Amino acid sequence: MSILEERLTAGTFVVTAELPAVDGGGLDAVRRHVDPLRPWVDAVNATDNTAAHAHASNVAVAIALLRLEVEPILQVVCRDKNRLALQADIMGGALHGVENVCCLTGDDVTAGDEPETRRVFDLDSPQLVQVATGLGQGRYVSGRTIEAPPHLFVGAVENPFTHPLPGRVDRAWKKARAGARFLQLQIGYHPERLGAFMVEATRSGLAARTAILPTICLLPGARGLRFMDERVPGISVPAGTIERVETSSDPREAAYDLALQQARHALDLPGVAGLHLVTFRRDDAVARLLTDLSIPPHAERLPPNAHSPALVHP
Amino acid sequence: MALLETVEHAVKGPIWDCRMCGQCVLHSTGMTCPMTCPKTLRNGPCGGVREDGNCEVVPTMRCVWLKAYDRKERLPLLPSWRRHFDDLRPPVDNRLKGTSSWRNLVTGRDRETPDGWPDAAPHVAEV
Repeated sequence: MSILEERLTAGTFVVTAELPAVDGGGLDAVRRHVDPLRPWVDAVNATDNTAAHAHASNVAVAIALLRLEVEPILQVVCRDKNRLALQADIMGGALHGVENVCCLTGDDVTAGDEPETRRVFDLDSPQLVQVATGLGQGRYVSGRTIEAPPHLFVGAVENPFTHPLPGRVDRAWKKARAGARFLQLQIGYHPERLGAFMVEATRSGLAARTAILPTICLLPGARGLRFMDERVPGISVPAGTIERVETSSDPREAAYDLALQQARHALDLPGVAGLHLVTFRRDDAVARLLTDLSIPPHAERLPPNAHSPALVHP
Repeated sequence: MALLETVEHAVKGPIWDCRMCGQCVLHSTGMTCPMTCPKTLRNGPCGGVREDGNCEVVPTMRCVWLKAYDRKERLPLLPSWRRHFDDLRPPVDNRLKGTSSWRNLVTGRDRETPDGWPDAAPHVAEV
């Protein structure tokens, strides 16, 4: 059983983080990003061609994380590969001991730097969750049996910040019914929407069935916020929020304060099982953020989680 | 047999922009064809919907799944159709592309799934 699964099922507060995309530089490049995170996070996401840009592959990076003794979460997106290749990636990672799998639809190819490429979307994300769950239960989509199947801990992503807002909990439920045990939420700048999502997720029992991790994004300044607003699909940033950071005497510090406020807000909501952090290469800010939130390093975190109960086994 | 396909496309093309996937799910998606979503998502909207409700891929087009969501609430659909909205629809069988979904409905071919896909188990009781 992965550390992530063990902790979430026990009701221990969990922190995960996204590894910045890796290109050149070999394992040392991975190590440089991982070292500042290591004391603080329980597991690290190996991303799958983020924002539709080609990088070192999700499976290769997940295996690199294992070699560096950090627990990986294998992100798998539906954009680039058909169901045969997606199953092969999950099984390939599992062969090396990658148990956590996070299933996403994926940004469209038009969001990336090779918009002329063919988009695949042979599966959608709820289907991919179901397929990954099936692999863990010992069968491929075809029905072919897997002898000694891998133990998998399957999760997904949901975006509580975009339309249709009332439908987002329903869609998260669909993923939970397909086997998602954790949900890392999309980055967002409308705290009231996150609040409404968590209240409904808790009321409907979703938060007790699948561990929900709001995402906190540590940006270096206002330019990053503007970029998110204009370029990243599904993320809108209110003009006032950008302006507040932009007109501050120290935009870098103002961007940090924004992240800290967002995290404090998230921790006050019901049903929050942990936090997911996206650092945009501000890896050093993780220690500061968690210290400011009074969240101890992962070795010192014990159940029960003050914010959310232990997961119910489905 | 191509006649049936031609008739089906002549009827469903102009109304729903039918793509002839051969496994029609319009009744459970608020009478909105999910194959017109640029990502061909059959299980709800992606996370990329724009703040104005338009599509991530085609900024001038309203998100297909937002339309589906609105129509599911608004149209006088059979209650059972409405309840199937949140069912997990199986992956597309690409072999059926171009065939008549009417024939596939009658023969049951459109409900065949691979052995590894769990049997359709709606999460809500049937009417």
